[in-house]
Amino acid sequence: MKPSDKLGRWVGRIVRQAVVILATLMSLFPVYFMVVSAFKTRGEYIANKWGLPTTPILDNFAIAFAGEKFLIRFANSTILTVGSVGISLIIACLAAYAFARMDFPGKRAIFNVLLSLMVVPPVVMLVPLFVSMVRLKLVNTYPGTILIYVGLLLPFSVYLMTNFFRTIPREIMEAAHIDGASSFGVFWRIMMPLSAPAVITLIVVNALWVWNELLIALVFMQKDELKTLMVGITALRSKHYVDIPVTMAGLFIATLPIVVLYMFGQKYFIRGLVSGAVK
Amino acid sequence: MTVALLFVFGYPVVRLIMMSFQRTSKGQEVFVGLTNYMALFQDEVFIRAVRNNLTLVLNVPIMVAAALLLAIFLFERIRGWKIYQTTLFLPYLLPIVVVGLIFSYIFQLSGVLNEALIAIGLPQLALDWLGSPKLALWTIMFVIIWKEVGLGVVLFLARLMSVEEELFDAARIDGASWWRIQWHITIPQLSTVIEFFTVISVITMLSWVFNYVYVMTAGGPGNSTMVTELYVYLQGFRYNQMNLAAAASVLILVITGILIFVQFRLRERAGEEETFA
Repeated sequence: MKPSDKLGRWVGRIVRQAVVILATLMSLFPVYFMVVSAFKTRGEYIANKWGLPTTPILDNFAIAFAGEKFLIRFANSTILTVGSVGISLIIACLAAYAFARMDFPGKRAIFNVLLSLMVVPPVVMLVPLFVSMVRLKLVNTYPGTILIYVGLLLPFSVYLMTNFFRTIPREIMEAAHIDGASSFGVFWRIMMPLSAPAVITLIVVNALWVWNELLIALVFMQKDELKTLMVGITALRSKHYVDIPVTMAGLFIATLPIVVLYMFGQKYFIRGLVSGAVK
Repeated sequence: MTVALLFVFGYPVVRLIMMSFQRTSKGQEVFVGLTNYMALFQDEVFIRAVRNNLTLVLNVPIMVAAALLLAIFLFERIRGWKIYQTTLFLPYLLPIVVVGLIFSYIFQLSGVLNEALIAIGLPQLALDWLGSPKLALWTIMFVIIWKEVGLGVVLFLARLMSVEEELFDAARIDGASWWRIQWHITIPQLSTVIEFFTVISVITMLSWVFNYVYVMTAGGPGNSTMVTELYVYLQGFRYNQMNLAAAASVLILVITGILIFVQFRLRERAGEEETFA
């Protein structure tokens, strides 16, 4: 090998490492900024924005918890997330079982429609849904908003579960049928226990989506005591006087459930995204 | 399930199209033809919003290129690539609302970025990133790229992992240069994922950017960062112009509908080998 080749390879390695490290630092900086600011006093934040807190304090978290109906908002977000993820999971599993293992007229057409609905932007549905919900007296109610979320989550959920169910060998089902199991029995006793990884994927992906959602929550949960955490957070921006360290502590708490959920289901989460996109 | 889908998707589309041709007068919905659409095209704010959404599409090539480069580097198993993958993906995970708020403190006139620029002797670069009508949209574009690149990296890397190693090994033994390997092997192998990510990202730029704008600038200063989604929200839910909002929604639906169809065809093509059992 010529010395120039060796040098080129060495430079290449350095460039690569440098690019990736730079990108990583950029990815992490806002998170770092949020975390360190949350532990600073206001005075220290103004004097020292970049550095680590010299004397970390926890007061900001106490103030954030106490202020602006934080706990109510947290509870609202939790109710909507658990409700819509749970209901959409049940419906999606049943529907996916039908798509994967039963024959009925128009199956392919319905499945294709479902696929194209995966990326319909919710903003398009906002106005007519609002009109319908007003008529049904479902604006500012948990069931109304959960219903909308369930509808928006279903296309991806059914798609993911159908793909997974198709990978379960038919022979297992047929054996159970011969042993006298009903369709529902096969679904409940055989398909579901085998589908744990797909179910976890779905729960993680959907829960993140609902927790982070803003537009629907903004329009359909307008009453102050019904606002979600994300809606509550956006209100902070427009205030003239903002205690930034306390805000950062609030953001930190709002992000924590997501980071925990992600760490718990990281493998499943990435698998879910990839299977939704790549196949 | 069909009932839920019809409620959330089917019925609303019909209502939406009807509403876009109507106006409310004395409590009655009256058919007014294209009046709402004409009003939209005469509204400078709406035109501005459409232009801004189109500007945001410029993000897509940058996102694809950055994600591709990072995915290739990670695939070459540089030291610590697994940790890098996790951290590069972190932004995609965080709520846009949280990210937007953090960035608006970073980009404040007296924020951490400007303080740093002054500290390293570049005070002329310490600009009002979100407060100036000329800069605000570009600042938002940066944040969108920051947040969405991670998805591309993960998708590309996952696909690369399933490419047979021999392809790369054979090329290396034949003495192909790094660039030739990327051009002739990596990119063709990734083509379906790249297409998919591109279409998804274009759809995002045209119709999923509400959260960024709402949190960071709320469309300002002076409508300079107005986007179509925010326009629909404001007309429909602040100014009580539901019919105008409906007409704007129909236009968004038509444009994204075309893209959704493209995306759907790509998906079908990718899944051609797999027969529908």
